[in-house]
Amino acid sequence: MKLALLSDVHSNLHALDACLAHARAQGAQQLAFLGDLVGYGAQPREVLDRIMQLAFEGAAVVRGNHDQLALTPPDTVQAMGDVTAAWTHQQLSSTQRAWLAQLPLTQQLDAVLLVHASVNDPARWRYVSDVRAATDSLDAAQQWPLVRYVFGGHVHAQTLYYRGAQGALMPFQPKSGVAIPVPRHRQWLATVGSVGQPRDGNPQAMYALIDLAAAHLTFHRVHYDHQAAAQSIRQAGLPEFFAQRLEIGR
Amino acid sequence: MKLLENGAVLDGFAIDECMHSGGMAHIYRVSYAQGGHDPGFALAMKVPRMASGDGAENIVSFEVECHILQVLTGRYVPRFVAAGDLQRVPYLVMEYVRGRTLQHWLDLPGALPSPVIVRLACAMAHAAHALHQQNTVHLDLKPANVLFRDVPQPEGSNPQTSFGDAVLLDFGLSHHAHYPDLLAEQLRKAVGSPGWISPEQVVGVRGDPRSDIFAIGVMLYQMCTGRLPFGTPNTPAGLRQRLWVDPVPPRKHRPDLPEWLQEVALRCLEPEAAKRYPSAAHLAFDLSHPEQVHVTARGTNTQATPFSTHFKRWIKAAGMHYQPSPMPAEQIAVVPIVLVAIPYQDASDATLYSLRQAVARSLGSRPGARLACVTVIPSSLSSTTVEARSETHLHRRYLAQLHQWAQPLDHPGHQTSCHVIESGDVAQALLDYAVGNHVNVIVMGAATHGLKMQRFIATVPIKVAMDAPCTVILVKQALPFEQLGANDQDPD
Repeated sequence: MKLALLSDVHSNLHALDACLAHARAQGAQQLAFLGDLVGYGAQPREVLDRIMQLAFEGAAVVRGNHDQLALTPPDTVQAMGDVTAAWTHQQLSSTQRAWLAQLPLTQQLDAVLLVHASVNDPARWRYVSDVRAATDSLDAAQQWPLVRYVFGGHVHAQTLYYRGAQGALMPFQPKSGVAIPVPRHRQWLATVGSVGQPRDGNPQAMYALIDLAAAHLTFHRVHYDHQAAAQSIRQAGLPEFFAQRLEIGR
Repeated sequence: MKLLENGAVLDGFAIDECMHSGGMAHIYRVSYAQGGHDPGFALAMKVPRMASGDGAENIVSFEVECHILQVLTGRYVPRFVAAGDLQRVPYLVMEYVRGRTLQHWLDLPGALPSPVIVRLACAMAHAAHALHQQNTVHLDLKPANVLFRDVPQPEGSNPQTSFGDAVLLDFGLSHHAHYPDLLAEQLRKAVGSPGWISPEQVVGVRGDPRSDIFAIGVMLYQMCTGRLPFGTPNTPAGLRQRLWVDPVPPRKHRPDLPEWLQEVALRCLEPEAAKRYPSAAHLAFDLSHPEQVHVTARGTNTQATPFSTHFKRWIKAAGMHYQPSPMPAEQIAVVPIVLVAIPYQDASDATLYSLRQAVARSLGSRPGARLACVTVIPSSLSSTTVEARSETHLHRRYLAQLHQWAQPLDHPGHQTSCHVIESGDVAQALLDYAVGNHVNVIVMGAATHGLKMQRFIATVPIKVAMDAPCTVILVKQALPFEQLGANDQDPD
């Protein structure tokens, strides 16, 4: 079974559609969305329409901090995300808000555990950006005895954590398009990157695909029309910063 | 795992005799059981020893070998056929390569003649380079892990001097840059075989292709002298010695050894990876062009390195620690072998100038790049009767011409060699040379070798550009001659 892992779409319909098309071409049979479906981008309604339909057809979805933020936008702007939260809140229909509100924080699919940030207290939205945070997250996943793979987003970067010869976690920077053997007798944790807002200087969208039968994990970078996505942010009257960030991938 | 019985069937493979019982694994000859298709080559099955009490490292290295062998291609590795589920019944089925390991030649009585040593080493360098180009570093090259393919023996030939390509075996300690390194760990420790392990592996560096060059150097030393340059230390302190100690020059053990060969062996064995050959292709180049090897004191010396030198290096080595290595393929690419084709006649000054500019750019700023200047002369030029046109005379003349052309490019960080090739087919001669020497970039003039005919027939540059295994730069003549107002150039 091939499972596509898409995280941090951030209301970017152009990037989402490109990744979905790519994943289908790769033979993906199931989809998982790892949170932050909205926020920052210009098309929250369209993105949620798309993902709600996919969820109806069987896609797994967990909630992210920006989804939370869009439900209860803060009164005062303190962080970058707060700027677009109120705007996103207004854009969403009541059905969409209700759907977002019922999303779980974690979801298990066979040997796979999906979470937006860290399995260790998921509602605290801890960034899994180093070995220590990755270890905490993977350790917390031990309460699901069947789980061998923990997949998350939130950090907008693609990293695979694996156990080295002494059992300690080690980070690995994957090369896009390479099928990495991830046998089930080991435990793995990966941050799959961001579909809708890459920040590593490369504007291409990120997602990952795991082939559970062959035990192969492939990280992908997908070209999409980021100029068009940036343009729709400008047209929506959202801050120029969010448009530029898509153009340069930072 | 207990020994499999002759005649047993495992996952569709019929087990034949056990060919080898090693410390890590049993190797069986196998075939497809009834109904299985014929792969067209013999099969071997490797089954790890995983009984209770066996080290976890053994299992991990078997896992590593399974992952890596599955993605390697080419004639320098056994073909992968199948792998068993590690949890259920671990095994690896691969091509059974008929041949003899290097150990066979080391076990022969008497000293190996240097031409045989050179050919064996050259075959190993080619095989290692093919591996490095696939972003993999072997990290456990030793006589038992290098097999030389059997070739048909012509009547009356010496079996010791006829052998085919080197095939590398046992990827249990190998490193693939695109996969997580399962053998890496936070407290980095030496992973390898004591006799052949490189200094950087001793401090936990995994993934540098120059580690394999060091191991080939150890085997070269063994073939030359019958001894291991650093012995087989079994303590961490003993292993660390090779971080600062030079081996005794092989010519002290064997005075008849050519100086150039000692130069090559000791360059492979430099404690600092940066002082070794930058890639196995560079090593193969020297082994196949002995006359071009620049022999230094390293080659002529027959005395052991003085204590004071070792002491200074010891101080330096104390600070040596783990550093991540770049991707092998990228590392090879920054120290290219550049081939420049110089026309043997009728080249204008502007053309020669432009070629030199293009070559200087291609060599890049990193030390270690190598330049091979090649002139192809028609076979018809030489004569066996006229003294002035004798082969040696002609070669000397064109070599001098090449040296003169290359002289302004002389740079301490680069190595330059000059070659005159006789052939009726210029393009094919250049292509053969490029393939045989793992050339990364070919630089040649666009206008030389008959541009005016280009619309009607495939000219030499076009044929080379189409068929070359690497980048080809076609140079058009340019400044400064245009500025001088010279109008008599080809209109290209």
